[in-house]
Amino acid sequence: MSDFEIVARSDFSDVTFSLEVRHPLMARAAKPGQFVIVMEHEHGERIPLTLADFDRDKGTITLVIQAVGKTTREMQQNCRVGTRLHALVGPMGIPSHIGAAKKVICVGGGLGVAPIYPQARAYKESGAYVIGVLGFRNKGLIFWEDKFRACCDELILCTDDGSAGIKGLVTEGIKQSISAHADIDEVVAIGPPIMMKGCAEATRPFGIKTMVSLNPVMVDGTGMCGGCRVKIGEVVKFACVDGPDFDGHLVDFDDLMARLGRFRPTEKAALEAWQESCRLRGGAGH
Amino acid sequence: MAKRKTIRTIPQARTPMPEQAPEIRITNFDEVACGYRLEDALLEAERCLDCPDQPCVRGCPVGIDIPGFIRKIAEKNFHGAYDVITDTNLLPSVCGRVCPQESQCEGVCTVGERLEPVAIGRLERFIGDRAIAEGWTNLPYIERNRHKVGVVGSGPAGMACAADMAKAGCEVTVFEAFQEPGGVLKYGIPDFRLPNSVVDAEIEKLRQLGIRFECNTLVGRLFTLEQMMGEMGFSAVFVGTGAGYPSFMGIPGESLGGVLSANEWLTRCNLMHGRDFPAYDTPLQPGKHVAVIGAGNTAMDAMRVALRVGAEKVTCVYRRSAAEAPARAEEIHHAQQEGIDFQWLTSPVELIGDEQHRVRAMRCERMELGEPDASGRRRPVPVAGSAFEIECDMVVFAIGTNANPILGQTSGLKLDKRGYIWTDDTLATSIAGVFAGGDIVTGAATVIQAMGAGRRAARAMKAYLGLRD
Ligand SMILES: Cc1cc2nc3c(=O)[nH]c(=O)nc-3n(C[C@H](O)[C@H](O)[C@H](O)COP(=O)(O)OP(=O)(O)OC[C@H]3O[C@@H](n4cnc5c(N)ncnc54)[C@H](O)[C@@H]3O)c2cc1C
Ligand SMILES: Cc1cc2nc3c(=O)[nH]c(=O)nc-3n(C[C@H](O)[C@H](O)[C@H](O)COP(=O)(O)OP(=O)(O)OC[C@H]3O[C@@H](n4cnc5c(N)ncnc54)[C@H](O)[C@@H]3O)c2cc1C
Ligand code: SF4
Ligand code: SF4
Ligand code: FES
Ligand SMILES: [Mg+2]
Repeated sequence: MSDFEIVARSDFSDVTFSLEVRHPLMARAAKPGQFVIVMEHEHGERIPLTLADFDRDKGTITLVIQAVGKTTREMQQNCRVGTRLHALVGPMGIPSHIGAAKKVICVGGGLGVAPIYPQARAYKESGAYVIGVLGFRNKGLIFWEDKFRACCDELILCTDDGSAGIKGLVTEGIKQSISAHADIDEVVAIGPPIMMKGCAEATRPFGIKTMVSLNPVMVDGTGMCGGCRVKIGEVVKFACVDGPDFDGHLVDFDDLMARLGRFRPTEKAALEAWQESCRLRGGAGH
Repeated sequence: MAKRKTIRTIPQARTPMPEQAPEIRITNFDEVACGYRLEDALLEAERCLDCPDQPCVRGCPVGIDIPGFIRKIAEKNFHGAYDVITDTNLLPSVCGRVCPQESQCEGVCTVGERLEPVAIGRLERFIGDRAIAEGWTNLPYIERNRHKVGVVGSGPAGMACAADMAKAGCEVTVFEAFQEPGGVLKYGIPDFRLPNSVVDAEIEKLRQLGIRFECNTLVGRLFTLEQMMGEMGFSAVFVGTGAGYPSFMGIPGESLGGVLSANEWLTRCNLMHGRDFPAYDTPLQPGKHVAVIGAGNTAMDAMRVALRVGAEKVTCVYRRSAAEAPARAEEIHHAQQEGIDFQWLTSPVELIGDEQHRVRAMRCERMELGEPDASGRRRPVPVAGSAFEIECDMVVFAIGTNANPILGQTSGLKLDKRGYIWTDDTLATSIAGVFAGGDIVTGAATVIQAMGAGRRAARAMKAYLGLRD
């Protein structure tokens, strides 16, 4: 099928990097809004990552990863061009519904900036007027601005410190766009749960349909474990097979955030043990 | 010629299975039942009466020639016994371990009318294990044809169909979503009941038949069934994707930390080796006081795994009585020996959390058995004013599964009302050339039933392709 070879890598900052992985079949099948599950090595865990891009001609997919804990930091250290992932499966999840919306805001913040890109591009290709709203902590962390400019009719950058674009959160950008355009059909937001919650609250008073992409803890990604269950209105759904996109006005974000902490004590122990072993190996002069 | 055996002349007692002592085995993942030694098998084989009417054969879902293989054991012709079994059952070392024999072959054994029935499963396992140890494979002469067959899912249903189609000369590829093949045998059933090395040995035999395994392949999403039958050039496809999608009860507190499905718990522990954290990265986070809801095989496995990874107390909460518990008799017996606290006729009504959003207790109520329900079992009804709390820091739901939605979402397959794949009597689906069987057709069942379905589908597939059976 494929040996999951990493063919390109770029580092956007000290915590964010992208990997381009060869998988021609997946590049053909991938659609915006879908994700993959990766195991870096045989003893690794299965972690979900959004398909941030795919190139059908080159037969590659692109992942953008934020190094936050043991697995992602280890990937940051080990995933060099020419190395291979142990496992890569997907595309998973129901593709985003790129409907007949004529004017959309695509919002990405934190690790959601890359995953919103395929959606913005798909909306552009479907003929919509696309407003991109991207949030970064500061100017130095901005990436893919050119890619977004190529598919957005307007691009609003938001930084925490005001070093680029407007100073403030992405919800500021949404508010500006809504007041400038009375005819927004849909908002799509990807990022940390707290950000998506903010976006949903920002659009609720206007009754603008707001889709969010949920990121609960996953194991299989095939509907088999139920670990990824989320509350959508009155019902419980499995994000990996019933989503990951849901109506942001129905999502119980507090439940999602609480569930994301399910394994935090163990994750913390894993990170500390790994850092300790890195330090020892480093100290031994290897 | 020797005189015909009678119930009076055979060894009266069933030959005991050598086992690890309960207090030792709860500290490791080695097999609980260690397997018959040669002398055990020979002694037990003496107990079969070789009944002319062979009720046991009808009790086995795939109709193994049981007296036939036991006779070979008695004659010390073990390879011969292996040939007899593998004529119908591809996975003797698996089924011998995990079949619910008491409700299948052994449940109708003539000897069982007066004494304990012949230990058919244990004898079958003895032969299966011997075959693995000796490297017997029974590779047939295969005349290759030009057909490419695809199998979706590598559980027992998929394995069985793949083996039959490979023997019929087809080029067979098995696609599996996980990083390793084996299905529930690998991710669900723990090593102390069915070591993964046994499953791997059986898979190795399939590889020797020329079957290719493509893991990390989510069929439906990476490519569809229609693409397989079209541009990918498969002549026929078998779908054996299992049931999967775990059920919860819909009571308050189910999203608390420490509350998970048995599938999640077992997959983290078994397939992902979470029990060997930090040598393996998958977090397991075992509880000290674990409550498991349900009393099937899955529940027994979840509880006994919890014990082995350090739980001090494990409670089984089941709304019916012991008599209705669906698990294999042996599993319940073993669980009792290991000190599981069984709360029969008890149903959870709420899970209670602490400030950190982690479960700290389960509120339950007692039940009593009322009128029989649709399944013929007496329906449990709550006893008024019987509410009480069980303290626990982990809760596992093992109350069954629903159909996995992926192939329904991505293909034109006709589904039944409950979302399982619809098939006709031959296991043909609504798409020409696509067959299905196992849990994804019947709902959660047994390993041997899934295997039987895989073989039945293979027969229909051969007819469809115009191949000799
Ligand atoms: C559908 C989906 C798409 C995602 N896309 C991306 C992406 O494109 N880029 C990116 O950087 N991250 C993405 N994530 C999040 C990413 O999976 C986690 O950051 C990663 O698993 C953390 O692993 P770790 O061992 O480095 O950190 P840990 O310290 O183990 O975990 C840090 C936090 O990440 C979350 N997390 C841990 N394990 C998992 C898991 N198995 N599944 C989901 N969340 C987990 C938990 O909230 C945890 O507290 C996505 C998650 C989901 C569900
Ligand atoms: C914990 C547990 C204990 C059990 N104990 C016993 C027991 O003691 N005795 C007994 O007889 N039965 C037992 N059972 C039941 C038995 O295991 C199942 O009935 C049997 O495994 C079903 O086989 P199957 O081939 O239909 O599916 P499965 O074994 O479920 O295999 C299906 C495979 O398909 C894969 N898959 C799913 N979707 C896709 C897709 N779209 N693309 C690619 N691959 C896919 C899955 O990852 C999986 O590997 C137990 C079940 C569980 C969960
Ligand atoms: S396959 Fe199962 S039911 Fe059939 S003889 Fe063997 S143990 Fe008994
Ligand atoms: S019913 Fe029992 S005694 Fe009779 S042939 Fe079968 S295994 Fe032997
Ligand atoms: S990740 Fe297991 S069901 Fe969604
Ligand atoms: Mg981790």
